[in-house]
Amino acid sequence: MSDHGTLTPTEPLVRADARLDQRRRFGSLFDAPRAGRVGVVLPPLDVPEADPAALYGKAHRPGVEGEVEASEVDVVRHFTRLSQMNFSIDTALYSLGSCTMKHNPRINEEIARLAGFNDAHPYAPVHLAQGNLELMWRLEEALKVLTGFARVTLQPSAGANGELAGALMIRAAHVKAGNARKHVLVPDSAHGTNPATAHFAGYSVVELASSRRGTLELSELEAKLTEDVAALMVTVPNTLGVFEEHILEVAKLVHAKGAYLYLDGANFNAFVGKVRPADMGVDVMHMNLHKTFSTPHGGGGPGAGPVGVGASLVPFLPVPTVERAGDAFRLDFDRPDSIGKMRAFYGNFGVLVRALTYILSYGHSIHEVAENAVLNANYLRKRLEPFYHLKYDAPSYHEIVFSDHRQAAMGVHNIDIAKRLMDFGFHPPTMSFPLIVPGALMIEPTESEGKDELDAFADAMIAIAKECETSPGIVTSAPHTTPIGRLDEAGAAREASRPGNFAPVLRAPVR
Amino acid sequence: MRYIPNSPAEREALLAAVGAASIDDLFATVPRAVYRTEPPGLPPPASEIEVRRDLGRVAAKNAHLGEWTSFLGAGLYSHHAPAFVSQLLLRGEFLTSYTPYQPEVSQGTLTAIWEFQTHIALLTGMDVANASMYEGASAFVEAVLMAERLTKKKTKVVVSAGLHPEYRQCLRTYLVNFPFTIVEVPLGKDGATEAGALAAAVDDDTFAVCVQSPNVFGVVEGWKAAADAAHAHGALAIGVVNEMFSLAVLEAPGASGVDIACGEAASFGLAPSFGGPLVGFLACRDAGKRQIPGRLAGRATDAGGRSGFCLTLSTREQHIRREKATSNICTNQGLFALAATMTLSVLGKHGLRETAVQCLSKAEYLKAGIRALPGPFSVAFAGKTFNEFALHCGVPVHEVLRRAEAKKILAGVPYARLEPAASAYRDLLLVAVTERTPRSGLDALLDTLRSFS
Ligand SMILES: Cc1ncc(COP(=O)(O)O)c(C=O)c1O
Repeated sequence: MSDHGTLTPTEPLVRADARLDQRRRFGSLFDAPRAGRVGVVLPPLDVPEADPAALYGKAHRPGVEGEVEASEVDVVRHFTRLSQMNFSIDTALYSLGSCTMKHNPRINEEIARLAGFNDAHPYAPVHLAQGNLELMWRLEEALKVLTGFARVTLQPSAGANGELAGALMIRAAHVKAGNARKHVLVPDSAHGTNPATAHFAGYSVVELASSRRGTLELSELEAKLTEDVAALMVTVPNTLGVFEEHILEVAKLVHAKGAYLYLDGANFNAFVGKVRPADMGVDVMHMNLHKTFSTPHGGGGPGAGPVGVGASLVPFLPVPTVERAGDAFRLDFDRPDSIGKMRAFYGNFGVLVRALTYILSYGHSIHEVAENAVLNANYLRKRLEPFYHLKYDAPSYHEIVFSDHRQAAMGVHNIDIAKRLMDFGFHPPTMSFPLIVPGALMIEPTESEGKDELDAFADAMIAIAKECETSPGIVTSAPHTTPIGRLDEAGAAREASRPGNFAPVLRAPVR
Repeated sequence: MRYIPNSPAEREALLAAVGAASIDDLFATVPRAVYRTEPPGLPPPASEIEVRRDLGRVAAKNAHLGEWTSFLGAGLYSHHAPAFVSQLLLRGEFLTSYTPYQPEVSQGTLTAIWEFQTHIALLTGMDVANASMYEGASAFVEAVLMAERLTKKKTKVVVSAGLHPEYRQCLRTYLVNFPFTIVEVPLGKDGATEAGALAAAVDDDTFAVCVQSPNVFGVVEGWKAAADAAHAHGALAIGVVNEMFSLAVLEAPGASGVDIACGEAASFGLAPSFGGPLVGFLACRDAGKRQIPGRLAGRATDAGGRSGFCLTLSTREQHIRREKATSNICTNQGLFALAATMTLSVLGKHGLRETAVQCLSKAEYLKAGIRALPGPFSVAFAGKTFNEFALHCGVPVHEVLRRAEAKKILAGVPYARLEPAASAYRDLLLVAVTERTPRSGLDALLDTLRSFS
C-alpha cells in the first residue's frame, strides 16, 4: 500500500519528496499561515475614504479574523494541486450510474461565457435583455418538441428542485379542484429525492414494492391507488435501467383516480428523441440539464431542473414565464394560479445557455444520444454478465445494476470493488441505490464512450472479479494508487457529531 | 456525431456483440404506440461555427455590464472577479467531476468544500456552514424549515419587510402546504425593521425571526434586536445576507446572537449570468448541525494516518433518510462555491476589507452628491447603508431610467419591479455601487439626476 506519510528505506528515490508533497497537497489554505501576503490589488480609491468605524459605531467590525492571507501565486498553485487530486470525465469513463456522466462539450462553456449572457444583470430593463429572453424561449420550445408537453418552466435550480416545483403544481391543481389529497406513491426503487420531495410538498409517501422484474407491479399499484393519492412518481427507465413496459396502463390507472403521473426525468438520456414523455400519459416531468443535456456537474453542481407540464397544469407554473409577441419577448408575472417562485431571478441561466448549445449541436440527430447510450450499456452488460450477478435481468436501457452477490461470498463487497476500480483508473459505479439491490453496482457508461474505453472498463471489472477469487485481499484493501487511502468515514461522522467538534477550524472567533 | 466516439463500424460491432439486429431491437420493450421512428422536429445539427454565429447574435442583443455604467444590485452585485478564477474553473478536473462521493478520487473538490465552509463560517461568525445551497432565496427557505425542526411544534415565522421580496415570495411558495403562518413586520421611517413592531409580532408560538442586513433598501439592520426578540420566546433568529462584503465592516450575525445565517455569496467573484448560477450559503451554530440540509465536508483519516476530507453526517440527507431527510436537495452549486472560495482566498483578509471600504466610500460619495442636488431626488431613508441605498424620485422612475440609458447608464432597480403591490415604495430606485464603479460613473449618474432640476 502506498503511503505518502512515511518514508521507508526501500522506497525508490523518486519518492524522496513524499513528505513535502503530503504537506503541500493535503493542507487547506487555512493551514499555512502567510501573514501579510496580499493577492488582489484594487485601483486607488478615487473618492474620499469613508470611516466605517465612525459610521457604524458599535456595529462596526474591524475585519474578518482568521481569513486567508495569500498571494495569487499561492492561490493558483493551491487550487491547481487540488484539481490534480480529482477524477473527472475528462480523465476517463465515469461509471457513476444515474448521474449520466457524459462528455461536457467545451463550446457550451464558450457560449455561456459570451459577455451578453454572462455579464447580464437579471434586473436589467427587459428591452435590454431581449437576447436572454429569446434564449430561454428557444430552449423551452426545444424541450417542448422533445417532451411533447404544453409548456416547460426553466426556473428550478436542479433535479430535486424541479421535482418540488412539479409536486407543488400537482398539489395546487388538486387544491383548486377542492381536495389537496394526502399521499404520493413512490416505488421502492426510486431515487431518494422523490420521497423527500413528496414530503416537502406536504404529502405522505406510500411506497410501492417492485415486481420480480424490478418494475411497477400493477396489482400493487391498484391496491394502493386510492382517491387520496395525489400522484405517482415514476422513473423511466427506472433506476435499474429497465423500461416500464406497462407505462400506458399505469397512466390510465392513475388518471382514472384523478391523480397525476409524475416522471422523474433523470434518465431521459435513455429515450431523448425516441419517446416523448407526454405521449406516455405523463403529466409532469423534470429534466436534469446536467445529465441528459451535457452541462458539467462541477463537483456537485450547478444543475438546472426544467419541468414540463401538460395543459392542465400550465396555470400553476412558477412565475415568470417567458412570452413571445412577434419579435419581442417579455416576462409574464400575471399568472394568478401560479405556485409562485422557486428561487430568486429566473433560473440557472448559464446552465440553460449550455443546454441549448448542446441541443443545437445535435439538432434532429439527438435521438442518436439515446441509441448509443443504450447500446453502450448493453455492451457492458454483455461483457460483465458472466462475472457479476444481475438481480433483475429484464432488458437494459442506459444503465445496468449488478450486485456483489457472488463476490460477497468471498468476503468482497461492492465498496471494495468500487475502490479497486480506482486503481484501474476508473470512477466507481453508484452504490447508494436502488435500495432493492443489496450490494448494488450501478453502471452507466453514456453514449460518449468509445468501444476501446468500454472494453478497458470491462477488462478492469473482469480483472477485479478474478482478483476476488485469487487474491481478495488486494481488493478489500484498495485503493492503492490514489493520493489518499480509504478514509474512515464512520470515524469522521463520529468526530463531526461531537458537540463543538464539528471541525476545529470552523469555530470562528466570536467577538 | 461529435460527442459519440464510435464509428459506424464500431457501432455495428457492438450491436453484433449484444446480439441485436438493429438499434430498434434494444428498444423493444417501449410500447409501440409511443416509440418514434422519425427524428425529432429540431433543426439539423449545427457545427461550432454555426452555433457561434447563431447564439453570438442572440447574446449581442443584451446589454452587458462591461459596456454600461451599472448601478444594478438588489441582491446581486457585480464585484471584481480575479482573472485566474474563470480560467481555473475550466480545468476539467473541477468542471467535469461529480459530487465527491468517493473521497479517494475527490480530495480536490472536498478540500475546496471544506474551505468554502470555513470562509462562510468565519464571515458569518457561525460554527458550521454547508457545502452550498442553490442561491440566496431557497437557502433562506431552508433556514426557516430548519428553524422549525429545531424548535418543534411551533407554527409562526416572523419576517421583516426588509427581506428581498423574491425571498419572501419563495418562502410563501415553499411553505404553502405546511400549517405555518408568515407574519410580516413593516419598516420604520429610517428604512430598518420597526423594532417595536418586531418585538410585538413574536410570541411563544414563533419559531423563527428573520431579518436581512443590509436589507433590500440597503439599510443596515441590528442583528441583536432580532435575536433578542426571538430568544425571548424560544424562537431562533435567522440572519440573511446577500451582499457578503458588508461582513468585512459590519458585525457578524453570529457575533450578535443570530442562530442561522444564510443568503447569497455571489458577490465573491461570480458573474451575474442573468441571475444564475449563483451560490447560496447556510450556516448555523453547533447545536443546529444535525438539522442543516445539504452536503457537509468533514475531516477524516485513512489507515496510514493521513488526513483528508469526506462528506459527512450524511444521515441527514435524502439518499439515506428519504422522506425523513432534512431537505430534498442533492445537486448544489459546487463549481460556483469553488469560484467563491478561490476569490475569497485571493482577496483574503486585506482584500475583503479594502473592497468593503471602497464600496462604502463610493456609496457615501454618491449619497452626499444626491443630498447636494437641488432637484427632485433624495436619499429615501436615514438609516445607515453599505453599498446600496434607495433613491426617492420626485419624477417618474422610468423617466430617470430612460434619461440615464441614453448615457449608457443603468441607474438602478425600480423597487416596483420587485414588489409591484408595495405602493408606498413606488417612487424608489435601488442604487448600488461596487469597487468597480469609477468616480466618473458616479459623477455621470449625478449629472443625469441634476438634469431634472
Ligand atoms: C433518478 C434521479 N432522480 C433525481 C435526482 C436528483 O437530481 P439533482 O441532483 O439534480 O437534484 C437524481 C440525481 O442526482 C437521480 O439520479
